[in-house]
Amino acid sequence: MEDSMASTVLTRDDFKLGEPVKWCPGCGAHAVLATIMNVLPETGVRKEDVVFVSGIGCSSRFPYYINTYGFHGLHGRAPAIASGIKAANPNLSVWIVTGDGDSMAIGGNHFIHIIRRNINVNILLFNNKIYGLTKGQYSPTTPKGSITKTSPDGTIENAFKPGELAMGAQGSFYARVVDTDPKMMKEVFAAAAQHQGTSVVEILQNCVIFANQVHNDITGKDVRDDNQIYLKHGEPMIFGKERNRGLRIRNNHLEVVTIGENGVTERDIMIHNALNPDDTAHYMLVRMTLPEFPVAMGVVRAVETTVYESLLYDQIKHAKSTSKIKKVDDLLRSGNVFQIDK
Amino acid sequence: MAKNPKVVELEEVVVKFAGDSGDGMQLTGTQFSDTSAFVGNDLSTFPDYPSEIRAPQGTIAGVSGFQVHIGHREVTTPGDQADVLVAMNPAALKANMKWVKQGATLIIDIDNFDNKHYKKAGYIEDPLHDNSLDGYNVVKAPITNLTRDTIKQYGLDLKIADKTKNQFVAGILYWLFNRDLKIGEDFLKQKFRSKPDLVKANIAVLHAGYNYAETIEVLSTTFHVHPVKDKHGLFRNITGNQATAWGLLAAAEKAGLELFLGSYPITPASEILQELSKLKSLGAITFQAEDEIAGICSSIGASFAGRLAVTSTSGPGLALKSEGIGLAVMTELPIVIVDVQRGGPATGLPTKTEQGDLMQALYGRNGESPCIVMAASSPANCFNFAFKAAKLAVEHMTPVILLSDSYLANGSELWEIPFMKDLEEIHPPFAEDNDPNYYPYLRDPKRLNRFWARPGQPGLRHRVGGLEKADVTGEVSHDPMNHQIMVETREAKVQKVAEFIPDQEIIGDKKGDLLVVGWGGTYGAIFSAVNTIREQGRKVSMAQFNYIKPLPKNTREVLSGFKKILVCELNLGQFASYLRSQLPEFNYAQFNKVQGLPMFISEIKQKIEEVLDSMNSEQ
Repeated sequence: MEDSMASTVLTRDDFKLGEPVKWCPGCGAHAVLATIMNVLPETGVRKEDVVFVSGIGCSSRFPYYINTYGFHGLHGRAPAIASGIKAANPNLSVWIVTGDGDSMAIGGNHFIHIIRRNINVNILLFNNKIYGLTKGQYSPTTPKGSITKTSPDGTIENAFKPGELAMGAQGSFYARVVDTDPKMMKEVFAAAAQHQGTSVVEILQNCVIFANQVHNDITGKDVRDDNQIYLKHGEPMIFGKERNRGLRIRNNHLEVVTIGENGVTERDIMIHNALNPDDTAHYMLVRMTLPEFPVAMGVVRAVETTVYESLLYDQIKHAKSTSKIKKVDDLLRSGNVFQIDK
Repeated sequence: MAKNPKVVELEEVVVKFAGDSGDGMQLTGTQFSDTSAFVGNDLSTFPDYPSEIRAPQGTIAGVSGFQVHIGHREVTTPGDQADVLVAMNPAALKANMKWVKQGATLIIDIDNFDNKHYKKAGYIEDPLHDNSLDGYNVVKAPITNLTRDTIKQYGLDLKIADKTKNQFVAGILYWLFNRDLKIGEDFLKQKFRSKPDLVKANIAVLHAGYNYAETIEVLSTTFHVHPVKDKHGLFRNITGNQATAWGLLAAAEKAGLELFLGSYPITPASEILQELSKLKSLGAITFQAEDEIAGICSSIGASFAGRLAVTSTSGPGLALKSEGIGLAVMTELPIVIVDVQRGGPATGLPTKTEQGDLMQALYGRNGESPCIVMAASSPANCFNFAFKAAKLAVEHMTPVILLSDSYLANGSELWEIPFMKDLEEIHPPFAEDNDPNYYPYLRDPKRLNRFWARPGQPGLRHRVGGLEKADVTGEVSHDPMNHQIMVETREAKVQKVAEFIPDQEIIGDKKGDLLVVGWGGTYGAIFSAVNTIREQGRKVSMAQFNYIKPLPKNTREVLSGFKKILVCELNLGQFASYLRSQLPEFNYAQFNKVQGLPMFISEIKQKIEEVLDSMNSEQ
C-alpha cells in the first residue's frame, strides 16, 4: 500500500503541538521528538495520515506532544492497537513509541508478534534500561548486577538485547541509534519510515533521574568514536577516532582489527550488507558488546519481504472478485435453505 | 417383502444420536435436522461433545451426542428427554439412559455390545440381559457388520466402512420417520462434494440402513411429524455462532462500514472467528491475535481507524480483555465484545453451558467502567442481537458486551431468512472533515456520544488514550471536578440507551400470581414450562431479558404486576442480585442450576408449581 503523497510541502511546524512537553529537563526523549518532527515532513505522507500509538511509560507520552492522530494505549499493548489500525486502514503511516519495560516486559508478546507478521509500522523503542515513570525499578534490559530500587543487591536476571528479539521474530528491519546524535537519528528514522515492513529502531536513551549516564560508555564524547560503529549498507565496517579500526570475520567469529597492523588492509574489512536475507552476520553485529567490540549503530538489517497488510488485502480482493457472495443478502441465502410453501 | 407398518402421527419428537467422538454423530444429527427442516418441521438442536478431540474410544468420557427436537408445533428447546436414542456403543447407552423417556426407542449397534465394550463403559451387568431395558423398544441392529458388508459389496475401500456406519443409522431413521432418502443423498453430495468416493459409499450405506429397517421391520410402527401449519417462506437451520457472525456482517453492511474481528481461538466461540474468516468477499478482516488481549486491542485500533470492530471470546478470555474494555470505555470508541459463556471459573467446563459471566460483564473492570450489556436468547436471534449490539455500539460510541452461551452457540434452530432492506438503519456519528468546531469529547446531547473522527480525515487530528480526558477538549486532565463529570457522563451515556431499546415484553398476562424471569439462553425452556402451566389455568407469566444494562425502561412496571417473581438462571443468582440492586422494592425468588447443562422444561415447571403451591398455602 502506497502512502498518499502530500499536496503541500510540510515543515516541522505542521507537527508542533501547543501542549507543554512534560519530560524531565535533560531527558533524551526531547531529542527524539525534535528529530521525528524534522523527519516527518520529509516522508511525503500527509499530516492527517500519520498516527502515533504508544503504550505506558515515560516515552509513551509521546503522542501527546506531536500534532498527529494519536493513541495512548495500555501498558505493552501498542503493537496490538497499531496492528488493528494498520489492518483497518493500510494507507496510514503508523509509528509505535515504546520503552524497554513496555515492549520487553509486559508487551513482549505483542512486540514479537507484530514483527513476525511484518506489519508495515515503525517502532521507536526508547531503551533507557530502567523503569522511569514508576520511579526506578529494573527493566528487562537493565544490565545484570545493577543496583536499582527493586534490586538493592544487584539484579540477578540476564538482560534482553532488543535486536536479538527482533531478529528471533524474523524481523525485516532493525536499527540502533543514540539519543545524543541527531544526525544519525534523522538518517535512521528516515530509513525506518522508508522500509516496507515492521521497522524496529532501538534508541539508547538516557534517563537523567534514574539511570543517568547508563549509556555513557557508548555515548560519552571521549569514547563514542571508539565504542560505536555506525554501520552503513555497502560500506566497510570501519570505526575509531583515527578511522583505522574495523571488523572482519575469522573462523565464524567477528574480530576487531587495526588497519595497517599485522598485514591488515582496508580490503580485509567486512562490507556491511543490511539487505542480506541471511541474518547470521546481523545477529553477530547486534550482539557486539564493550569492551571487546564497539556497539553497532545504524541500520543493521533492512530486508524486503512480504508485508502483512498487502497479503491481507490481496486475499480480500481475490475473494471479492471470485466469490458469489457479494452482499449479506447473498450470504443469508447461500448453502442449505428450505422453501416451505403454504 | 415387509407389510406396511402402522404410521403414528406425532406432534413432536426428540431424537438423540450418541457414539464415540469419531462415529459421525454430529454429522448424522445435522443431516436428520436439515431433512426435517426441508419437509417443514420446526426444530431445535443441541450438540453435546467432550472437550477432548478423541477421548478414549468406548468410554463414557468419549461419548459425543447430538440431540434434535422436531415438531409440528413451534419448538423452542432441543427437548428435555429423547423419544429415540441411537447408541453406537455401551458407553453411549450408559451415558444417555437418564436423558431418555420411559418406553423410548433405543437403536443400538449390537456389534459393539460385547464384554470388552461393557468393561470400557463401566457396566458390571450386561444391560441387554439384566432387565434394565424392560419397557423400552430396543432395536438391536448389527450396524458395524452390515456397513462393512455393504462397503465390500460395492467394492469400496473397507477403511471407510467405520466412517460411514453413521449413514446406516441415518437410513434406519429415514425409514422410521418416513423421510425421503433423496434429501439425505443431497446432503451427502453437498457435504462431500470434493470426494466422489465418499459420496458413493455414504449413499450406499444410507440405502442399506433404510432397506434393513424396512425388510426386518425394526418396529411395528413408523412415525410422521407434519409440517408446521403457519410456517412458510424461506428458512435455514442456523447455529448461534453462525447467526452471531452473520448479524455482525449485516450490521457492518447497514452502517456502511467494513467489519474487523480481532480474536483468539477459544471454545465455544471459535466458530465466529472461523465463519468470518471465510467471508472476505464481504470485506471482513479477521485478525487471529497472539492472545485475548491483542484480540481486543487490535479491535480498538481498528475502531479508532473507522471499522466496525468486534472481538469474540468466552469467559476466561473476557477476564483477559477487562483492561481493554476499560480502554474502550475511556476512549469512547465503538466495539462489540461477544462472550460465548461456558462453565467456569478458570478453564472450568470448556464445552458446557453456563450463565456465570453476567457479573463479570457488568462489573469486571477497574474504576467506574460502564458498558452496554445484552444477551441473545435463541440460536437464531443471535443474528438480531449481534446486529443490535453493533448498532448500539456505533451510534452511542461505546463498548457493548453481547452474552451468548455454549447452548446457543452450538445449538441450532429453523430461521426465517430476513431481507437486509427490512433491518433497522445504522447511522455512525462521523465527524465532518475540517470541522472547525470538532473537539474529541464534544457530545451529541441526544445520545451523549462523542463524534467519530478517523485518522486520514483532514482537519481532525486529535489524541485519545487511557488517561482521563477533559470534558469537550479531550486534553489530559487530572482535575478533580472534571473526573467527577466524566465518570457521571459515561454512566449517563449508557443509561440513555434505555430510550433507544424496546420495552420489556411480558409473555402472558400483565398481572398475575407469578412472573418467571430469565435472561439470555434459557428462553426456550422457560417459555415451554410457563406455557404448559398457563394451559392449566394458573396465573403465571414470563419476562425474558435481552437488555441487561441498561434495563428496559418499563422494567419496574413489568415486575410490579405480580405477587411473586422467580428468577431462573444458570448460575447462583447473578441476575437476581443485579435486579435486587437496581429494583430493590421487589422480592425475588430464585431457581439456579450450575451443572454445565441447559435448563430443562421439567425442572422449571416443577419449581414454578412449588412456588405457586407455597403461595396458596400461605393464603
